[in-house]
Amino acid sequence: MLTRLLLATALCALTAGAALAETPVKIGVLNDRSGVYADLSGEGSVVAARMAVEDFKAADKGLKVEIVSADHQNKPDVGASLARQWYDRDGVDAIFDVPTSSVALAVAQVSREKNKALIDSGGGTADLTGSQCAPTTVHWTYDTVALANGTGSAMVKRGGDTWFFLTADYAFGQALQRDTTGVVTKNGGKVVGSVKTPFPTSDFSSFLLQAQASKAKVIGLANAGGDTINAIKQAAEFGITEGGQALAGLLIFSSDVHALTPKVAQGLVFTEPFYWDLNDGTRAFSDRFAKLSGGKKPTAVQAGVYAGVLHYLKAVEALKSAKDGTQVVTKMKEIPTDDPLFGKGTIRADGRKIHDMYLFEVKKPSESKGPWDLYKTLATIPGNEAFRPMSEGNCPLVAKN
Amino acid sequence: MITILGVPMQALFGQLLLGLINGSFYAILSLGLAIIFGLLNIINFTHGAQYMMGAFVAWMLLNYAGLGYWWALILAPVIVGIFGVILERLLIARLYKLDHLYGLLLTFGLALIIQGLFRNEYGVSGLPYAIPTELSGGQRLPFMFLPNYRGWVVVASLVVCIATWLVIEKTKLGAYLRAATENPTLVQAFGVNVPLLLTLTYGFGVALAAFAGVLAAPVYSVNPNMGADIIIVVFAVVVIGGMGSILGSIVTGFTLGLIEGLTKVFYPEASSTVIFVIMVLVLLVKPAGLFGRTA
Repeated sequence: MLTRLLLATALCALTAGAALAETPVKIGVLNDRSGVYADLSGEGSVVAARMAVEDFKAADKGLKVEIVSADHQNKPDVGASLARQWYDRDGVDAIFDVPTSSVALAVAQVSREKNKALIDSGGGTADLTGSQCAPTTVHWTYDTVALANGTGSAMVKRGGDTWFFLTADYAFGQALQRDTTGVVTKNGGKVVGSVKTPFPTSDFSSFLLQAQASKAKVIGLANAGGDTINAIKQAAEFGITEGGQALAGLLIFSSDVHALTPKVAQGLVFTEPFYWDLNDGTRAFSDRFAKLSGGKKPTAVQAGVYAGVLHYLKAVEALKSAKDGTQVVTKMKEIPTDDPLFGKGTIRADGRKIHDMYLFEVKKPSESKGPWDLYKTLATIPGNEAFRPMSEGNCPLVAKN
Repeated sequence: MITILGVPMQALFGQLLLGLINGSFYAILSLGLAIIFGLLNIINFTHGAQYMMGAFVAWMLLNYAGLGYWWALILAPVIVGIFGVILERLLIARLYKLDHLYGLLLTFGLALIIQGLFRNEYGVSGLPYAIPTELSGGQRLPFMFLPNYRGWVVVASLVVCIATWLVIEKTKLGAYLRAATENPTLVQAFGVNVPLLLTLTYGFGVALAAFAGVLAAPVYSVNPNMGADIIIVVFAVVVIGGMGSILGSIVTGFTLGLIEGLTKVFYPEASSTVIFVIMVLVLLVKPAGLFGRTA
């Protein structure tokens, strides 16, 4: 079997080489297509990947790109076995997106073992470029440290120096609370309390009441997806913001805010690397994206998949091969990044993609001119300040001096 | 200020009230389940999906037909109830002679299909549904800020639960229902159309779920998975109350809401499991549930 496969591959390579010198590239978009993160990644990420291949004019540059996709159901075991199957059997060269930190870490492990590239956009954990970094991993869009940095320090600077956390009771929520607490105290703020909420929770009223009673100026939402939506919806009902307390979202995407509407989410402050209405480049991309996705604007995660695929293809074009994951990722780190969505940037030795982050606030209903007119920009956080310094990440790839 | 285990009395009152509100949802949902199980012997796993449909139909009525919350409160249960009747006639009615398990499998499968269809159409982030203007705002009670809408939820669910209980316990129709539960063959021999009774009961139970869905739409995220999250808890409530016991489901619904509310104050991490711990304890002591009769 194996010899036959090798022969077939060799034959293919020979004929291809003789005919057109086309480099085959197979991209796998692995994400949540049915659960809580399906709207922020899901089919939209596949659309974004397809757009990137189109915009790169891959065919003209001698790349024969094929895209496959699958649902990892937010389960690490499902994600890892899909990745294995893709690499071993289906000839996939690189995996993109992979939201849900636990799945991202599992897939990063498999990719490293098989020497294939993982360009993660949807995952949050900063461990991907920290203690668990790999020569085959690029972490593109955001991470928990950057979110905590942006929102935590900005809120304290705006006078929100006492915090109360509503924390989803699992690894992700606790990491988010830990990172944000660090930033808040470093900036002179104080954490007056927190409550661990079971995951998932549909009724937050009891926890909101405890937050209200704490008299903290800022209520930090260390949760994601449906939990965040429920918490914000019910905070509006209980008049939390009218009572003078501010809500700080620690992981919010435009799909969440769109679902909540500005009426409910107004005044919410959070950090994100992308918004469709930032500049001409993002607007042009988002309009095209919306036409292909039933009117939905892209989320930061989907934008990250687009930009990641674009940059990945540049590296493959330079190498004329997508087979060696470490080589491709090394090349990606060598070439400076430049795309219409995240602007100019770099990929650090630990795999962290560096670009600006933005502090956004949800518009008031009176300011919002349409269902997707959601954010106003409060501040731009330069890339070199937004992310964790490489020296603090404990990434074994980075030699310590 | 008086405190209990380090928690101020006032905060405790607030939490108890919130617990009661959550209990309202449990009560209406478990009431529908109990009625369906009591009469049809079907463990209706589609209940969560039908609750979700109630919330979605409310949203559709608003966005496609321009009909607001109050219309939805009447129309959504009727529409979803009719859907339930069709399900019962087409599929569920064929399973009455078989083991419970078949009903469970069928309704569970249906729930997955319905949720999948809604997910495909509307995504998972949820849809916005505002609190009706008449009920927005809230009352500043001495111990907490009570949104008017939450107060309305308790009142509405109490009224619906008591009305349902009265119909079943005090009217002729209710007597037929109870008799048909005891001995369907005999009741049929007296000339009562039992299959029709079963269909209507299923429709009514489903309508109750949809009613809870409409009540939930303004406060919880309206998304295709909203029913899947709550249905497991509601099943535990029904088991604790005693499968098929009408009064049991109402009383345990409210009581467990209260207990859950208290847990959220003293040990929030356990608030999602406390109901199951109680279920285990109750089953150990009274296997038929608190209000159930042993066969």
